[in-house]
Amino acid sequence: MSNDTAWLTLAALGAYHGVNPAMGWLFAVSRGLTERRRRAVWRSLLPIAIGHELSIALVALVVLGLSVAVDPGALHLVAAATLVAFGIFRFVKPHAHPRWTTMRVTDRELTLWSFLMSSAHGAGLMVAPVLIGLQDHLDTAHVAEHQRADLAIVSRLPLPQTGLGIMLHVGVMLLVMGAVAIVVYERVGLEILRRAWINTDHLWAGAFLLAGVVTFLS
Amino acid sequence: MPLKPDPSFYPSPASAIEGPREELAYVVTLNTGTNGDRRPDALTVVDLQEGSATYGTPIGRLDMPNVGDELHHFGWNACSSALCPWAPHPHVERRYLLVPGLRSSRIHVVDVKDDPANPKLVKVVEADELARRTGYSRPHTVHCGPDGLYVSALGAPDGGGPGGVLLLDHDSFDPLGRWEIDRGPQELSYDVWWNIGYDTLLTSEWGTPDMVEDGVNPELLLAGRYGHHLHAWDLRRRRHQQAIDLGPEQQMVLELRPAHDPTRPYGFVGVVISTADLSASVWLWDRVDGEVTAEKVIEIPAEPAETEQLPPALQPFGAVPPLVTDIALSVDDRTLYVSCWGTGELKRFDVSDPRRPRETGSVRLGGIVRRAPHPAAGPVNGGPQMVEVSRDGRRVYLTNSLYASWDAQFYPEGIDGWMVKIDSEPDGGAFEVDPGFYVPYDGERPHQIRLQGGDASSDSYCFPS
Repeated sequence: MSNDTAWLTLAALGAYHGVNPAMGWLFAVSRGLTERRRRAVWRSLLPIAIGHELSIALVALVVLGLSVAVDPGALHLVAAATLVAFGIFRFVKPHAHPRWTTMRVTDRELTLWSFLMSSAHGAGLMVAPVLIGLQDHLDTAHVAEHQRADLAIVSRLPLPQTGLGIMLHVGVMLLVMGAVAIVVYERVGLEILRRAWINTDHLWAGAFLLAGVVTFLS
Repeated sequence: MPLKPDPSFYPSPASAIEGPREELAYVVTLNTGTNGDRRPDALTVVDLQEGSATYGTPIGRLDMPNVGDELHHFGWNACSSALCPWAPHPHVERRYLLVPGLRSSRIHVVDVKDDPANPKLVKVVEADELARRTGYSRPHTVHCGPDGLYVSALGAPDGGGPGGVLLLDHDSFDPLGRWEIDRGPQELSYDVWWNIGYDTLLTSEWGTPDMVEDGVNPELLLAGRYGHHLHAWDLRRRRHQQAIDLGPEQQMVLELRPAHDPTRPYGFVGVVISTADLSASVWLWDRVDGEVTAEKVIEIPAEPAETEQLPPALQPFGAVPPLVTDIALSVDDRTLYVSCWGTGELKRFDVSDPRRPRETGSVRLGGIVRRAPHPAAGPVNGGPQMVEVSRDGRRVYLTNSLYASWDAQFYPEGIDGWMVKIDSEPDGGAFEVDPGFYVPYDGERPHQIRLQGGDASSDSYCFPS
């Protein structure tokens, strides 16, 4: 995977999570409607973004950890198997979600909710192959410069790139989510849900299978 | 899998009110064998489509596989709560009716998608499985919750208590277990619903199976042993929070009708009878400084009657109790309908100020003494009992049977089943029996009505209007 493709993919995934009502903007709008003020919509976005970011950071940490512990071939194999397994799970149980029945949430609870939803949805997992792709790219670029083995290991820890990638993903998500939330709250209203909430369950599950296969082959 | 949300899911009550008019009613009927022939209970389908040649007549029927279920209340597998923001699953379908047998404890799962007028039985959860997995028996109310199906149950398999709430998986409909983690002092059970915007679940109290299945027991009644509490629970932590005692004379606290708007923390609950004066009442529960409180907002007095006009059970009292056995709140939370099954009356109240209901209409039909006539059928027996209101609030549907062994005490000659329609204009306008709508149920007793696509007591909304 080239650098540009990786950045673009991270941004596109962010936009998708931003548009998806189940990832948070609907909760933000409902808080605004319940409290009857726009500020409640805005205030919900940050906890949601933090929870989402935490979910992704967790996966990123695992990827980084594994990239030190095992060789690239094994990393690709583990990632591919996890992605395919998760894709199958989303096909078999498209309605699976964390147990949650609470409307009245504090900011901290909203963060937790977002973390759980993002994790169950596989938001972090989907970012994993892109991070691995970024890393592969770095590996090939750096191999010539760092012939010595210890240096090679250090260069395979692409912390800044991983961090930037996650920031880009969450930034785009926040932007799109905020825009959708405020447009729905101020202008269109929730009737839009009835017309425009397209079922992407199978598409999303399929994306995991595809990502698994690509990761395996790359 | 559908590509778009089920069109019968509405984000807010206002959105539901704007939806299309109902075209079918599902009505469960009880076959008591009064016609000499003991047959299974059934789910019947009544045509409500305006202009249809079969309007106002039964056009479909599904007989249950066994005899003696005592079908009673029932509910949808999914409703507008599927749009709730915390765990939305908008692409499930409102296609199954879950129909419990209150006596047999079987839960029937009926599919109405492919041919809505000809429901198909797709699954039966048997009583022993229900008992094994939940410890409960005699399932009653079914509500589609945001994370599963909530079912209230009257008691334990041995006929005693406690009754409570159980959960069914919303895909497989398998019983998942009992809902309560800490039930506190709660023992009796009847109805369950919630103020979804306040994370509060409410339950009401009738009696354990032993207390109700052989008919109302006068000793228990006069001793104030039937339910007289309302219980408030933490919906999220599944813990009992408050038992609100309405007073030991307030016997049988039944139907819970929370406001549909999730920002309103209140609701109404009916009490069948006061042992002090045979009156019936409706109570408002509300949330004040974080506490749930209840106050009586409607009282309906008993009507004096001659001893010879009364069934043996009521002769010592010389009066007919109103027996409020069901109430219904319109989707806009502005109109409350109150069934007086004993006196044969359906009352309409304006509850836009919930603390001060204002009576805005009354319809008389049947009644223990009065036998008020229907224009299409002459004098009828039984009385307004289960009441269901259309989403737009303009049509009210009624049936006349309560519960077999209780029917026999209050209407000992037997109940001739019927379903009727009342037209209700908004803002206190006309409130009249539709003379052209009378569905007789010969030899059968109809109970709860569910309207296709949802009605005033089927859906919870997570977004305010």
